[in-house]
Amino acid sequence: MDQLPLLIAATLASGTPLALAGLGLLINEKAGVLNLGAEGMMLVAAIAGFAAAFTTGSDTLAFVAGAAAGGLLAAAFGALVIWLNTNQYATGLAVSLFGYGFSAFVGVGYVGQKLSERTPFEIPGLSQIPFIGPALFRHHPMVYIAIALIAAAVWFLYRSRAGLVLRAVGESPESAHALGYKVRWIRLMAVVAGGALCGVAGAFLSVVYAPLWVEGLVAGRGWIALALTTFATWRPVRVLLGAYLFGGVTMAQFALQGAGVNFSSQLLAMLPYIATIVVLAIISRNPTWIRINMPASLGKPFHPGT
Amino acid sequence: MLRLEARPQPSKLMSLLSPVLALVLTAILAALLFVALGKDPAKGLGIFFVEPLSNLRQFSEVLLKATPLITIALGLAVCYRSNVWNIGAEGQFLLGVLSGGGVALWLTSSGIVLPKIVAVPLVLAAGVLGGMAWASITALLRDKFNASEILVSLMLVYVAQQLVNYMVFGPWKDPAGFNFPQTKNFDASTWLPNLLGGTRLHIGFLIALVLVGLTWMFMFRLFRGYQLQVGGLAPAAARYAGFSASTSLWTALLISGGLAGLAGGMEAIGSFKQITPHVSTGLGFTAIIVCFVGRLHPVGIIFAGLLLSMMIIGGELGQSRLGLPNALTGVFQGLLLVLLLACDTLIHYRVRVRSALAGAH
Repeated sequence: MDQLPLLIAATLASGTPLALAGLGLLINEKAGVLNLGAEGMMLVAAIAGFAAAFTTGSDTLAFVAGAAAGGLLAAAFGALVIWLNTNQYATGLAVSLFGYGFSAFVGVGYVGQKLSERTPFEIPGLSQIPFIGPALFRHHPMVYIAIALIAAAVWFLYRSRAGLVLRAVGESPESAHALGYKVRWIRLMAVVAGGALCGVAGAFLSVVYAPLWVEGLVAGRGWIALALTTFATWRPVRVLLGAYLFGGVTMAQFALQGAGVNFSSQLLAMLPYIATIVVLAIISRNPTWIRINMPASLGKPFHPGT
Repeated sequence: MLRLEARPQPSKLMSLLSPVLALVLTAILAALLFVALGKDPAKGLGIFFVEPLSNLRQFSEVLLKATPLITIALGLAVCYRSNVWNIGAEGQFLLGVLSGGGVALWLTSSGIVLPKIVAVPLVLAAGVLGGMAWASITALLRDKFNASEILVSLMLVYVAQQLVNYMVFGPWKDPAGFNFPQTKNFDASTWLPNLLGGTRLHIGFLIALVLVGLTWMFMFRLFRGYQLQVGGLAPAAARYAGFSASTSLWTALLISGGLAGLAGGMEAIGSFKQITPHVSTGLGFTAIIVCFVGRLHPVGIIFAGLLLSMMIIGGELGQSRLGLPNALTGVFQGLLLVLLLACDTLIHYRVRVRSALAGAH
């Protein structure tokens, strides 16, 4: 039983990058843009964040660097799909492939370097409570920031005027355009914000979670985050819960190995990916439900005046 | 100010020029990158785009690497034309390596020496079936559960990679291999016959060329191929004509899975001749780029396959001769695809210069 609080803590830590990236993709999709480049954005941000943390020693700078790298790549992606009307699937895929190659190229000198283990931030008082303290209140600040960001997103999307405009652009760009909103600029802002969040997630992986750099460090989490938006039927709070669920699945393999279960580690490593497929299939099963919840113009380009 | 104006009809010429333009832009950016790395740009570009064609040995390596790229890309072209977004060819390829290589390993381990004319087709057929089986998971989940084929096929790549690891670290590990995670070497009777003495080029390249012809026939001469493409371009029209979307989905995924699996089988007995954790080199992802650069057309895919293969070989040469990081190839490949998609805008749009005066009206 002493293992359980640590397992819960590890679940929250491993769910955090999924929650951040999932939230970023949710914002993209609410504005009508499907971003298959998330994996690439996270990879480039992961190496940018790692390099920043390695040279300056500052976590804050690492997250800024990660957000900037993710946002920059997202801006390029946005310019292509929003202004040049390129195919969103192909372009996102291209960004992911580019991000993989580019991060590997930039990261050559950092392979094998290790950052020191991050000291968790202990919330005074609460972290001393037995069981609950070590499980919930001894984490890197970003774990709490992620939760705060989800709460902020709920307020932004459903309680603020700007959020209403963002959703309108994703549901019916023609109507939003007719009302005088600059659909393409709003979409670009959403894409850049989403990319920056993917960037923070990438930096969290390389700086806090790993903390090291290897080629392909993100290991498909960008794609899992993409699946998360569907699981969550495009609701921020469900993105957070889904992220922790997958964090738990990732941790379950280590827990099983630790408990001495005699099972191949390679087969256990398949678990998060298989879980993603299974949950995706179950959630997507009812096409009407998906159609009701999905932003109506998701993945469709908008070109004013045509 | 520049403005995009929709063309009344997509430009055929631009569709062919766009890959050339993208390649030129990639080369310019590559030259700048070489300068930034402190290398002579002419020498760098030469290594990537000239050197691989300079002698027979290098050229045969280009053809060798192009073989799986072309084979996989043909299947992807069928998929993308049908609007089925299979991006997990790498996983289907790995299953081809496992099932094809598995048969070769089984023949080797049980000491069965078959004539090549029997053994090789047996291995390749197993590869095709393995790839098809893996792709059919995606087809099933899309068809019956409405799950995104993009995400399912991609997740299955990670599962396939772990499956390869599991087999070579576990059941298939060579007992006499000093505990290295690798299988026995396959018996020579299962190897693909060589095509050109003194090189590693095997008859897989000819198989790929035959498949180019067959894919062309399927796409442009068979009714089923036509149905698939109508379904991709105009789903509503296809439904009205009574073409089943589900049949198209299965056809596209089984063809592309089968071809990726075949490529895996060919690599298993053509290049690797054993299975190690390093059989996954991302060829299935590079083939996506081949497919787009080749304009989703079988003939275009030959040229694109050779180009991307040349870049891979060039990257290896750059590493050994100029000390460039091998990851550079991935950067160039990614850049090429991004720039290609940007240039493709010119197929559907014209660039117009709007003068300040005209804007004032």
